[in-house]
Amino acid sequence: MLATYTWPRYEYRRAPELGAATLQRVPLVIVGAGPVGLAAAIDAAQRGLQVIVLDEDNTVSIGSRGVCYAKRTLEIFDRLGLGDRVVAKGVTWNVGRTFHGEREVFSFNLLPEAGHQRPGMVNLQQYHLEQFLVERAMQFPTIDLRWQHKLVSVTPGDDGVHLEIDSADGRYTLHADWLIAADGSKSGVRRQMGLDVEGKVFQDRFLIADVVLDGEPFALERTERRFWFDPPFHRGESALMHRQADNVWRLDFQLGWEADPETEKDAERVRSRVRAALDQQGFAHIGFELEWVSVYTFQCRRMAKFRHGRVLFVGDSAHQVSPFGARGANSGVQDADNLVWKLKLVIDGAAPASLLDSYDRERGKAADENLLNSTRSTDFMTPKSRAARVLRDAVLSLAVDVPAGRALVNSGRLSVPTVLTDSPLNTPDTEPFEGWMVPGAPLDDAPVRDAAGREGWLLAQTGSGFVLLRFGLPNAIEMAAIDALSRRRIALHPLLVLRPGERAPAGQAWAEDSVGLAAARCDARPGSTYLIRPDQHVAARWRHFDAAAVRAALDRATQQAPS
Amino acid sequence: MTTLNTQPNFASAGQRPRHAYTPGDDFYDALIAAHRGLSDGQSELLNARLVLLLANHVGDLDVLREALALARRGVTAAATAP
Repeated sequence: MLATYTWPRYEYRRAPELGAATLQRVPLVIVGAGPVGLAAAIDAAQRGLQVIVLDEDNTVSIGSRGVCYAKRTLEIFDRLGLGDRVVAKGVTWNVGRTFHGEREVFSFNLLPEAGHQRPGMVNLQQYHLEQFLVERAMQFPTIDLRWQHKLVSVTPGDDGVHLEIDSADGRYTLHADWLIAADGSKSGVRRQMGLDVEGKVFQDRFLIADVVLDGEPFALERTERRFWFDPPFHRGESALMHRQADNVWRLDFQLGWEADPETEKDAERVRSRVRAALDQQGFAHIGFELEWVSVYTFQCRRMAKFRHGRVLFVGDSAHQVSPFGARGANSGVQDADNLVWKLKLVIDGAAPASLLDSYDRERGKAADENLLNSTRSTDFMTPKSRAARVLRDAVLSLAVDVPAGRALVNSGRLSVPTVLTDSPLNTPDTEPFEGWMVPGAPLDDAPVRDAAGREGWLLAQTGSGFVLLRFGLPNAIEMAAIDALSRRRIALHPLLVLRPGERAPAGQAWAEDSVGLAAARCDARPGSTYLIRPDQHVAARWRHFDAAAVRAALDRATQQAPS
Repeated sequence: MTTLNTQPNFASAGQRPRHAYTPGDDFYDALIAAHRGLSDGQSELLNARLVLLLANHVGDLDVLREALALARRGVTAAATAP
């Protein structure tokens, strides 16, 4: 049991399909009530879908797992209605310091440029996050959370997926039109379907010790992530210290492949490691209690395809990375973000099922990028040959006084969203733009003021459907054309982004670009127009509004057959 | 006189990296890959050949002397550290 957390127990309920005479057909089933499955369920419910979530357990994740949630993930949590709770409970941090032996060789500051609602990174124990997600999901009558319902058989067909589920009251069957497999790295759905996940296992072991400190090494607002190569308290290996909520601290010690997991989990042995790490940093006066201890190994691998007909793999079931870089849960939540709006259009019959192939394409690229970066970090931290170790140590020795050396120190390249540059859903630019808001990029946030003069954020005004960001006041003809676009089957929500002093026509949604950052980040001039997807990525942009071009871009982003 | 550039300097022609670390990580990855499968002795020879090729590419003896001194200073400092 943890000193700082009591696991909730969620109630098992009998399935209404038990003993039913006819096979129950449902639009969407999600397997796995972890962070990714729950994010997908909430997103689906917000977009108007009915969803059943199956989980074989009746509580949130046990022990210590994911810790770091990146800015883009926090923005998605905002869209899902729990961003404030995550940020309030979690620990915001910006400074990361890297040491080699006793010397500091590198530091970074995630402190983003001003004018973003969310910070670069928030640390929070995974069980808190999952609890917040469950409580948010419970607010939707359209989410049927089935605790202690275990999926035992998956039979995919052309028109859906046949599921057999075990529960305390017996076995029942469901026919799901669509199935999202969010059932983790040992995915039962993947195994049932006989699908492979390919990549490499790293021959190394790591010890996690989560400890509750009875003092504060540094004040909350000055929280640091510390990483060591070859520290005096743990010679020859690496170590990491990270703060979580409730003054719980994560210490992570590289052990090497030969280490015996059972020996290493011995409480006294772990305590002496933690004590040495604290003492060496000058925190000898701070005492601690062990909260959680485990030994882990990891893999870097992915499935070749994330879509298999009507089964869609998200998160760890589809791809697994090393923990260095916080790319596991973050990429999984971004998978859900990418998938659910597409699934909604397909279920509604508004887009062809082939739109879902773009989920595989876009998130496959993201998985490759995450695998590449986390593999590189791992290779740097745990060199696999003498030559690799010599080069790594040379980088660390140069890093002390040579900036070029510091730039090569890789103690984890932290999760950043993938820019979906090669996506078939993008419309390529026809006119030059400066900056980073290229088609495929997630839209940058910016402070804006609403019609009533209240301070808010640009991203908060996007995300429920396709949004047409139009900078500057349109003339009457343009306004009529924008209105017509908002009445199409896949509606476009126009949002005028105006300079201070400009006023929109009555009935038009608008935001005041109060400090000019929205226009600056989009390199926008009066007339510039952006098409934003429901997942807040840029689909297309133009220097001038052209209704036909917008229609074509929207058709492309939703894979409509040419008419 | 040109001096040794000690600032991060990796780049791919015509590409604008979204993250400053990417070109350096690309190089480091390629460097480690070049050593894969070699014996320790072969790796040492590879490093030496690489130094000679890059030195010739730089060409400027002032820059090379500065690089030699900087590289050696770190090595002797490490050798005398406890």
